[in-house]
Amino acid sequence: MHKHQQYWQHTLRLTAGLLTLWFVVTFVVAWFARELQAFTLFGFPLSFFMAAQGALLIYVALVAYYAYRMDQLDAEYDMQEGD
Amino acid sequence: MGVPVQSDFVIQLKRYYALYTGGVIGFVVMLAIMEQMGMPNKVLGYIFLGVTVLLYAGIGILSRTSDVTEYYVAGRRVPALFNGMAVAADWMSAASFIGLAGTLYVSGYDGLAFVMGWTGGFCLVAFLLAPYLRKFGQYTIPDFLGMRYGGGLPRAIGVFAAILCSFTYVIAQVYGVGLIVSRFTGLDFGVGVFVGLGSILVCSFLGGMRAVTWTQVAQYVILIVAYLIPVIWLSVKHTGNPVPQVAYGYVLQQVTARENVLNDASTPEGAREAEVRTLFKQQMEIDRAKLAALEAGGATYLAQERARLTHTLQQLKDKAHVAPQDIAVLQNELDTLPKEVNSARNTWRAAVETEKAKSSPIIAHAEPFAGADETARDNKRKNFLALVLCLMVGTAALPHILMRFYTTSSVKEARKSVFWSLLFITLLYITAPALAVLAKYDVYTLLVGSSFSELPSWVSAWAAVDKTLMSVTDMNKDGIVQLAEITIGGDLIMLATPEIAGLPYVVTALVAAGGLAAALSTADGLMLTIANTLSHDVYYKMIDPRAPTTRRLIISKALLLVVAVFAAYITSLKPGDILFLVGAAFSLAASAFFPALALGIFWKRANKMGAVIGMVSGLATCMVYMFITYPFFGVNAPLWWGINPISAGIFGMPIGFIGVILGSVFSAPPSPETRAMVDYVRYPNMRLDSFIEKR
Repeated sequence: MHKHQQYWQHTLRLTAGLLTLWFVVTFVVAWFARELQAFTLFGFPLSFFMAAQGALLIYVALVAYYAYRMDQLDAEYDMQEGD
Repeated sequence: MGVPVQSDFVIQLKRYYALYTGGVIGFVVMLAIMEQMGMPNKVLGYIFLGVTVLLYAGIGILSRTSDVTEYYVAGRRVPALFNGMAVAADWMSAASFIGLAGTLYVSGYDGLAFVMGWTGGFCLVAFLLAPYLRKFGQYTIPDFLGMRYGGGLPRAIGVFAAILCSFTYVIAQVYGVGLIVSRFTGLDFGVGVFVGLGSILVCSFLGGMRAVTWTQVAQYVILIVAYLIPVIWLSVKHTGNPVPQVAYGYVLQQVTARENVLNDASTPEGAREAEVRTLFKQQMEIDRAKLAALEAGGATYLAQERARLTHTLQQLKDKAHVAPQDIAVLQNELDTLPKEVNSARNTWRAAVETEKAKSSPIIAHAEPFAGADETARDNKRKNFLALVLCLMVGTAALPHILMRFYTTSSVKEARKSVFWSLLFITLLYITAPALAVLAKYDVYTLLVGSSFSELPSWVSAWAAVDKTLMSVTDMNKDGIVQLAEITIGGDLIMLATPEIAGLPYVVTALVAAGGLAAALSTADGLMLTIANTLSHDVYYKMIDPRAPTTRRLIISKALLLVVAVFAAYITSLKPGDILFLVGAAFSLAASAFFPALALGIFWKRANKMGAVIGMVSGLATCMVYMFITYPFFGVNAPLWWGINPISAGIFGMPIGFIGVILGSVFSAPPSPETRAMVDYVRYPNMRLDSFIEKR
């Protein structure tokens, strides 16, 4: 069971890390939206860019990384689902 | 049952859907040629909607099945890529396809709450639920609650909540179906509803989840093609760049520059806008006075008003020389005078709201939380964040979406499939804000300042169809269009984009077919969820656990019919506004399911008592808040911390979490079997026998 515990701890760390990024990209950035509009990125005010595109692309990246990393963890801890 | 090798299955599927996509494009090209040869628009609309609906029904017939696993979870062998497309179609509803661009057009930055909420929620699905639910591998969401928390009560509450939020959501979809069919074919709204429902039924009735899955994949292809083509064209028209998402930053700057000119009364155009705003301000004062008189006098005031108007009208008619339009104006005022106090109050309140908006300066599109003072801005920010959170957590709690992750072949595929889902969904949500800005640019530069004698053709065409979607009135009689003189209904933006971009009518018909695909696919998924929950959780698990599979399927199909007819009936009563219904479904799901589902996986100590208390208190809080604050119910209690009723979940969620935690801590820990089940769900390689053996 020791290996299982390590696997689960590892999964929890990954999940917590990705959720923190998700929280920052979504809520922290939106909280400071009025302050961020002074900056410009690709011709957009930064706050508008983040809400309309940046956050979305980061979400896709986070989910992709999670799928990739969890596959690695499954292999590392020998947890792959049998057929 | 002979299961084909998965990789062959995938190759075969890719070939089929590549052929299908080619077929769709060929079909559009063929109709475009027929349009050039003089086929009337109405016939084009009929052919387009007819062929696509028949196509979905055809897929339904081909995928018919009487196998339980096929019927409930499509045989658990849907490849990640295709499940991604099915989730995307299941997910994107009529509100996303038709309404979202309009909402963004009207609300600018603040509307982006929907864009973030409806995509970011998939992070929660991916990290907290999808892989674990797939490992659990049963049939419905109440199934999970029933197994994890043991006993009928958590399952029963789950059934109630699943039906409540799915049904609220399905009403909005059926409404969308009726609207699209009636607008593009001229059929009656009610007939439109039943035509749409017919195709949904053929599909889910014969083949359950299996048929719905393959239809949804086909619907995704149509809806995404229909969304992208007109926006790409519009982008080329205004920027020369075929990638709207990249090009519109520059367009947004020009929109902002135009906003500044129109808001500046020292420029000639700004002065004309100011003139129109003054007229609206006067009108607003008149309507406010009427409202005040109504509050004081009630029905007596309305009767007096009617008598006065009738009298003046008679006097005017008796005069010898009188301009006919003066009579017409007065006659109109008399005709539109509301008959009873409530409708008068609503009409005049709405009028004052519109006039208030039209008499104020334009709100900059890119400005977050615009408001007169710090309090107003803070309030908007608070509501923005609350709405984003409710939509995200609701995403991770709506049963019709979570159920789709039972259909993949493994945990690994489930994780991959969330990625594909989010990617396919993002494709639309990242385009919608671009469309809103491009359409705004068109209106601000080409329509504003043009002459009333030569309006762009799309303006007059849509104004003729529906005044609430598009109307222009020359308030200050200068013969030139000012921004404040234009009224645009949100839904217009997507519907009129092909014409704004100068595309042939066939693309308009394609957009209608896309909207129909979005509404049908979501309605399909929702109705199946409701029927499956009733037949599997209520009939099979709670009433007759020994029912043979054939009877379970018959019950399921019969229930589907009942649900469909009931949904059509409720929709024909036209309750409330679509966006609120959709938002309400999210808040309800977020409050009822999310705490119990997430803690069920991540906290072994969570037990039956906690789940029951958490789900009931969360759901009740959310429902009570909606009931007392949403104007439709007529209670009109003061808002808590200024939070709008659409985000009622912001109160339901924390209460739900606290309920689960307190309820669990103050009662006995769950049994070893339950703990073993949580392990089974957490570790992909753990076998079923390791936790079942003790039962």
